[in-house]
Amino acid sequence: MDPKLSFLEFSKKAYKEQNFDYPKFFKMDNLSKLAFLASDVLCNNDIIKAEDKEHMAIVLSNRSSSLDTDRKHQSTIIDTKSYYPSPALFVYTLPNITIGEISIRQKIKGENAFFVLDKFNAEILTQYAASLIKNKKSNFVLCGWVDYDKRKYNGFMYIVARNGIYKHSKEFINKIFNSN
Amino acid sequence: MKPVYISSNNILSPLGFNTAENISQISREKSAIKLQNIIGKIPSYAALIDNDYLNQVFKAQANCDICDFTKLEKMMLLSLIDTISKSSFSITDRTLLIISTTKGNIDILNSKINHKLKNRIYLSELGKKIKNFFGFKNEPIILSNACVSGVLAIVVAKRLIQNEFYDNAFIVGGDLISEFTLSGFQSLQAISDRPCKPFSKYRNGITLGEAAASLAITSTNNSEKTIQIIGDGSSNDANHISGPSRNGEGLYRSIQSALEESKTSPERLDYISAHGTGTLYNDEMEAIAFNRVKLEDVPINGLKGYFGHTLGASGIIETIVGLHSMNNNILYTSLGTDELGVSVPLNVIRKTQKRNIKTILKTASGFGGCNTAIIFKKIKF
Repeated sequence: MDPKLSFLEFSKKAYKEQNFDYPKFFKMDNLSKLAFLASDVLCNNDIIKAEDKEHMAIVLSNRSSSLDTDRKHQSTIIDTKSYYPSPALFVYTLPNITIGEISIRQKIKGENAFFVLDKFNAEILTQYAASLIKNKKSNFVLCGWVDYDKRKYNGFMYIVARNGIYKHSKEFINKIFNSN
Repeated sequence: MKPVYISSNNILSPLGFNTAENISQISREKSAIKLQNIIGKIPSYAALIDNDYLNQVFKAQANCDICDFTKLEKMMLLSLIDTISKSSFSITDRTLLIISTTKGNIDILNSKINHKLKNRIYLSELGKKIKNFFGFKNEPIILSNACVSGVLAIVVAKRLIQNEFYDNAFIVGGDLISEFTLSGFQSLQAISDRPCKPFSKYRNGITLGEAAASLAITSTNNSEKTIQIIGDGSSNDANHISGPSRNGEGLYRSIQSALEESKTSPERLDYISAHGTGTLYNDEMEAIAFNRVKLEDVPINGLKGYFGHTLGASGIIETIVGLHSMNNNILYTSLGTDELGVSVPLNVIRKTQKRNIKTILKTASGFGGCNTAIIFKKIKF
């Protein structure tokens, strides 16, 4: 899609093009919308059996945590005269809500972790995904980077599996991240 | 896979700045929760760390030239100074640092605060401050996974050490009480009008607390008696982003995963350190999940009546109290639990008591539908 699109334009267009029928999408904050769109493309496939999908782990990361929504919540409490914090907004002031939204949509009940890092870090993601598989916690791990800050957004996701075509390594993940 | 053990620990809370002080207050059933004015003129119950006392202790212990640290950073640094000095290993390029926090330096978002600190609203900037203070070699992992952050930080460290990516790790957790957090929980009508009452019939919400806590964990043990992390698991309810599942599905699955990994049968557990926030639905969900695993007879407490809900620190603090229970064979009163108010039975600890404790379960559940469980075992070589 056109990289110059605002997030609102991009998310609307993506939602429409994918023919989603998921009204909850419009209640989500920007970060969850981004995570939802990126994960939906990957998770709706015929390769992963329903049972494996239910146990799939989700490991996401970013730099800005939930800061975009944090700023919005702060703006509702800054002035004692117009003090009106909203529960619907406040619940999105945690980055792992993205994992919750994906889990509800995809019926995934596996392992969860949200890492906040200085920049995209393939080493930490590959180490943890490999550990989850070796420790027999999951056969599939949905990994990624979802960042939304000051109107700039970046979403990148991939699935690590016990068996596959490409070797799971820091170098390979960096290569696909940088080619995006 | 390599075994992973606990080395040293610290709790920094309004009850005291080291573990011994905190344990001594808990054994006397002393709570850190007091009526405070945090937002405007309407007081609410909370457990706050005194700024002047924190600054005084920090100045005496931190030995820094430019001390441009925020309140939360000072809390985390002081906690880690204690844990690092008592640990059985020193920092190398095989040492991991994990920071557990839900909101980090969230008070900076308030525009009245010094703008020089503005970029420290980014959690990785807070991470750099901690990393550089001690000279850690690796980029810290900041775990921000709602209320399970602390417990999950221990799990992540254990797994990465088990798989030999690192030899050892320091974990620090902490969160502030801010207008940001309090106003949000108030808008959800989740703040208790009294000090929180985990699992009580009269519970009506959480009480927020401020604290930091830290742990050192390692694959090398040189003492005769130690505590090993023998199993863990986390699971998502896939049900609701801010409400717990009615049947405790995610928590049930997390505990099962930890029991399976550690090859422990439920009747081998001697104590459960619950999440016990004091909200109507969370405590009920936990009770249901524990009953599904047939843990209703295992002694259980919630420790938030002492510390309040300290968010990113809570799982670490409650784990440390559990370690103390194992080392000293003592179980502490579930402060605030009067008349049991969940729909299924639980064996709540009513009075601090001596008891042989070998294996314990620690759990946590949080927003985003996340749940985590860990099993610890006392080992004698």
